Amino acid sequence: MQQETTFIPVNVITGFLGSGKTTLLRRLLAAPELTDTAVLVNEFGEVGLDHHLLRRLNDEIVLLQSGCLCCTIRGDLSAAMRGLYSQRERGEIPAFRRLAVETTGLADPVPILSTIMTEPVLRHHFRLGNVVTTVDAVNGLRHLESQAESAKQAAVADRIVITKTDIAAEGDVAELRRQLARLNPAAPKLDTAPSLPLDPESLLTRDLYDLDGRAEEVRRWLAIESEGPRSPTPHRHDVDVNRHDARIHAFCLRFEQPLDWTAFGIWLTMLLQHHGTDVLRVKGMLNVAEGSGPVVIHGVQHLVHPPDHLPEWPDDDRSSRIVFIVRGLSRDSIERSLSAFARLGALVSESV
Amino acid sequence: MCGLCGVLGNDGDWTESAAIPSAGARPTRRAQRLRCVRIVNVVLAQFSLHVADWQGAKYQLTTRTGRTELVDNLAQVWQAAERIIGRACDPLEPALIARLDGIKRIG
Repeated sequence: MQQETTFIPVNVITGFLGSGKTTLLRRLLAAPELTDTAVLVNEFGEVGLDHHLLRRLNDEIVLLQSGCLCCTIRGDLSAAMRGLYSQRERGEIPAFRRLAVETTGLADPVPILSTIMTEPVLRHHFRLGNVVTTVDAVNGLRHLESQAESAKQAAVADRIVITKTDIAAEGDVAELRRQLARLNPAAPKLDTAPSLPLDPESLLTRDLYDLDGRAEEVRRWLAIESEGPRSPTPHRHDVDVNRHDARIHAFCLRFEQPLDWTAFGIWLTMLLQHHGTDVLRVKGMLNVAEGSGPVVIHGVQHLVHPPDHLPEWPDDDRSSRIVFIVRGLSRDSIERSLSAFARLGALVSESV
Repeated sequence: MCGLCGVLGNDGDWTESAAIPSAGARPTRRAQRLRCVRIVNVVLAQFSLHVADWQGAKYQLTTRTGRTELVDNLAQVWQAAERIIGRACDPLEPALIARLDGIKRIG
């Protein structure tokens, strides 16, 4: 949807307690490229943030009566974002061009994404940008294994920032990288030791709606296909159910024949209705039977972005490729199910 | 757009975005919607349910005994279907996939 390029992008900065979110934010805000970024934080932490567009959030959460947990609307975030936008429009604050939202360390980030993507007013002015997750190299492995929120924060990320690598053991950093690659192979993993330079653009601004960078972004998602499956299809007997990250895995499905867009939409809504909490991310580029260019799809749990049309294919490959990051669902069943629905679309076309 | 919450109306449902960007080559919205209803009905038939387009704005879900519900979008179709029949409508269920694979033609 081309109008999304004019919306104000919102970057969500998440990460477990003590993983270095505020330190990262402070470094980012010092960059000249981000001087027109407004910031919402949950609490003023130990690391002082000095910024002219800083607001604090409380923790008011509205659970919709008929809603699922992942679709919780954060009332405080909604009110703060509406307030900021209103002040911006009235000229009371500088016309910020980007918003960064820092979550609390124990937060499931999905309600925040849900608020940005679905709140009736906000979704006409803001759009979700990259979700950046900090993982601390000293304690990250332990958090991923023992804290459900930590594994989920890593799985839904568009960028993962590994912090404290300067004080962690080399072996721990390597193992953490392996685990993160399994949980979320499509997200670039950046090292931000204090001595290393930090590129704010690669973290925040290069995303699916950045016209210059989106082909590269899509290529990166799909690159995981060539690297093979990140973990075997989980079987009940070999999964340690006490490990929160053990059942999360990523894979890429490929369809050589063009997909029926209508049948795909029917299938994905049915899948997300029943398994939405276990489909942490879906990203893909579809060759749809009814169109010429690729259609990009992008979803987090039950939330699906409006599909985006790319003007051209990023390479010569014209097959549809879809990356899934799921919890406890098998690649084989998802592939067989989608194939069955795609076939229904073809049968309906034949019968007309 | 999350259909589970149901408070946001039916505007902006991602499944209704046309696959073809140029208006000239695009089937009419009504044609797309009717084709969608035909495919959904093949799946819903496995659960003894039926859906019809309701004035291009909603979907009318009906059981064999005549119980009817109006819903806004596809996500809500599956949500209502599960509630009405009292069991899961799981697209990954092997028995459902096998039955769909066994369909040779759609009348």
